[in-house]
Amino acid sequence: MLAYPFPRESEVSCVLSGAAGLGIQTVEDMLARVVVDSGLCVFGSREYMSRVRGGNNSTELRIARSRVDALVDRMDILVAMSRNVRVNILERIAPSTVIIGDRAELGTELDDAGGVFVQAPLAELAAEAGGRIYSNSVAAGILLGILGLDPARAGEFFVKRFAGKKPDVAERNTRACNAGYEIGRELVDGKGLFGKASPDESVGRALVNGSDAVSLGAMAAGCNFVTAYPMSPATGVLSFFSQNAERAGAVVEQTEDELSAINMAVGAAYAGAKPMVTTSGGGFALMSEGISLAGVVEAPVVVHLSQRPGPATGMATRTEQADLELALYSGHGEFPRAIYAPGSIESAFLLTQEAFRVAHKYQTPAIVMTDQYFVNSFYNLNPNDLAMLDELPPVRETGADYRRYEDDPSGCSPFGVPGFGEGIVGADSHEHDEVGHVYEDFKLRKRMQDKRMRKLRGMSDEAVAPRLYGPEDYDALVVCWGSVIPIFREALSLLGLERTALLAFEQVWPLHSSTGGLLERAKRVITAEGNSTGQFARLLRSHTGVKASGSILKYSGLQFSVEEAAQRLSEGIAGKGGDS
Amino acid sequence: MQATQFDLPGVDISWCPGCGDFKILDSIKLALTELALTPLDVVVVSGIGQAAKTPHYMRSHFFNGLHGRALSNATAIKAANPSLEVIAVGGDGDMYGEGGNHFLHTVRRNPGITNLVFNNMVYGLTKGQASPTSQVGFRTPVQVDGVHSQPFNPLATALVLGAGFVARANAGDVEETKDIIKQAINYRGYALVDIFQPCVSFNKVNTYAWFKENTYWLEGHDEKDFERALALSVSDAPYPLGVLYRGTERTTFEGSLAAYRLDDTPLFRRGARREALKEIIGYMSV
Repeated sequence: MLAYPFPRESEVSCVLSGAAGLGIQTVEDMLARVVVDSGLCVFGSREYMSRVRGGNNSTELRIARSRVDALVDRMDILVAMSRNVRVNILERIAPSTVIIGDRAELGTELDDAGGVFVQAPLAELAAEAGGRIYSNSVAAGILLGILGLDPARAGEFFVKRFAGKKPDVAERNTRACNAGYEIGRELVDGKGLFGKASPDESVGRALVNGSDAVSLGAMAAGCNFVTAYPMSPATGVLSFFSQNAERAGAVVEQTEDELSAINMAVGAAYAGAKPMVTTSGGGFALMSEGISLAGVVEAPVVVHLSQRPGPATGMATRTEQADLELALYSGHGEFPRAIYAPGSIESAFLLTQEAFRVAHKYQTPAIVMTDQYFVNSFYNLNPNDLAMLDELPPVRETGADYRRYEDDPSGCSPFGVPGFGEGIVGADSHEHDEVGHVYEDFKLRKRMQDKRMRKLRGMSDEAVAPRLYGPEDYDALVVCWGSVIPIFREALSLLGLERTALLAFEQVWPLHSSTGGLLERAKRVITAEGNSTGQFARLLRSHTGVKASGSILKYSGLQFSVEEAAQRLSEGIAGKGGDS
Repeated sequence: MQATQFDLPGVDISWCPGCGDFKILDSIKLALTELALTPLDVVVVSGIGQAAKTPHYMRSHFFNGLHGRALSNATAIKAANPSLEVIAVGGDGDMYGEGGNHFLHTVRRNPGITNLVFNNMVYGLTKGQASPTSQVGFRTPVQVDGVHSQPFNPLATALVLGAGFVARANAGDVEETKDIIKQAINYRGYALVDIFQPCVSFNKVNTYAWFKENTYWLEGHDEKDFERALALSVSDAPYPLGVLYRGTERTTFEGSLAAYRLDDTPLFRRGARREALKEIIGYMSV
């Protein structure tokens, strides 16, 4: 009796939608854990409103037999926990979408939404399990039943999750989940979608999101000083370090504002710490004088810049890639900087280390750019796939004749810190001489500016090369950076175009020397990025002279989906697409 | 003044002849010398302004940062290496105006640093505009009708925010100022010394003579008496000089950091904690 159009393929996309405060997060965590424990892969992505309670947020969980890492529009199953489902969910309902909800909550809201509505007595079963607050676990149980995953694993999760609470919290959640499970099982006639899966031992068991990846990468690099003013979506990194301050041996402080955060980081760097600040565009704008300070005192500071739409307060909990030029040009005057934009969890781990390595080698700021979509997305990976760079070299002791800003062909002066050695260590925001004292001399100014800017040569030589996916003999080249990379990679593979390749940039400044050649080889270059003016396309053009023939832009506040990327790519490659 | 190891020979000082800053510089160098500190023990941190040039005119580690941000830099330097003696210097505009928010929160945070503020009640570097401590009615090329705003009261503010050491000195009295700076450095926690200092070029009201006439040194004052200190801090002229308040030392910012709970090595000596990292990643797998 399979009345419902559940997919029988290698992958299912489930979306959970509900008001903040309903415990969707717990369900999401539980499902992800059970999926991974069952030997399957999961990719989760969250979108949420800027409010603590109410509204309607959603989480997408792609569950598959092999790695998935990009957002899709397709909803095979929609679990609607609350009424007033938002339009960004409603418009994704397809005839094949199975909608699970309780009319006691939803009324008839979703009856004619376009999918197949399954009435589930969430409230009633939750009440039987111990209270209405358990309806999230009933819903999760239904999903487990449909997927054919063992509900006992959910029980184990609840016991761990609620270890600090009264034992009946875990018990009631488990009871609710089991009640849901029976409903789900019946819906698929006992033939759970992944029921026949034999657990794959090689599936990575670590569930890591973008925010964790940046934090872990920083910790791997020896980051031991983290300051920030809380700002969505960048706060996760601050929380991570706060919770692990003792373990990481890191000073962590929530500062009065972003000015203090960056200035503390620069002061800490002067004293030999390995600092990082984490913020979003609005906070980064405030930090620009401090970034400039880091440039002139040659302080190795790493900034995590997690983007959201602007200008100004923009959309506080949504996503965009519109701060590239802010990162490129922030801070007055001219000084070298490195900018990274990871496209995957593994990359975020590696490139955050790389940001520390380059910041310390070249004694200048490095910026890791993520965005709301990226930091709130996660998938399961194997910890062994998280690559570690060599540890940063220890600080050297200074001699009595030490000069902090000694000229050097590389631009990199010897780095000493106060309190280690016989040398005096000076730092000055003014133009300064070799020992760091303010001294107005036009030849000195030129000598020091040349010394600092010379670092860019080495930084360019060491830049991370863009990665090419697809045929080497491409005619069309799709270019993107940061979080949209996996989405466009999957979109291109869906389209199966023969002579189209993807060029993915995870370091966006300085650009790798191969960039110009790779772009020139293409007959057509199409850039895809999450902003309204094509900032990266502009950078490529100014740097290489290559003008993209088309651009695919999105700036609604939501990330591209694979389907949307595919459709707009097919239009773009056919020559129909343009800016939008 | 006697020679000290904090002297920087041959330095070209850009302060105006007769500036009160010269005397404060002398007091700082003498205080450090008498405390048997060396230039390698001390980091002098400053922002922007005439007073903020101080670290360029003496021999020690120094960090001369941005306008108003010295307290953030100084707090971080102390937190990164608590064995350093960190002294944040600046003027009234720098510390109380541009850096006002940092001033408030640094007092609350209580890092073990010494904060010396050269308070001449005027902006000297930008040629004579009002500062946060300019008195009502003070006329400048910008405040042409005289200052309307109430002057910022650093001592009262610091006291109500819980500062443990609050003092006021007078640049002209080198011996007393030196003595207060020594006490401030020896105080374990945030210590504020607001130092009246005449600007001979741009403040023709609050002159050496004016400060002499309008101040007095406290005698027989109980430094533990918070309420008396608060009353003194809000009193009008004549203004009391000396240590207004010395509270019981409480945990410093750096002393409260989890980073030092099990390990007191300064941050520059620490490598990456990769075993701990693997443990954390391990938690993400179960």
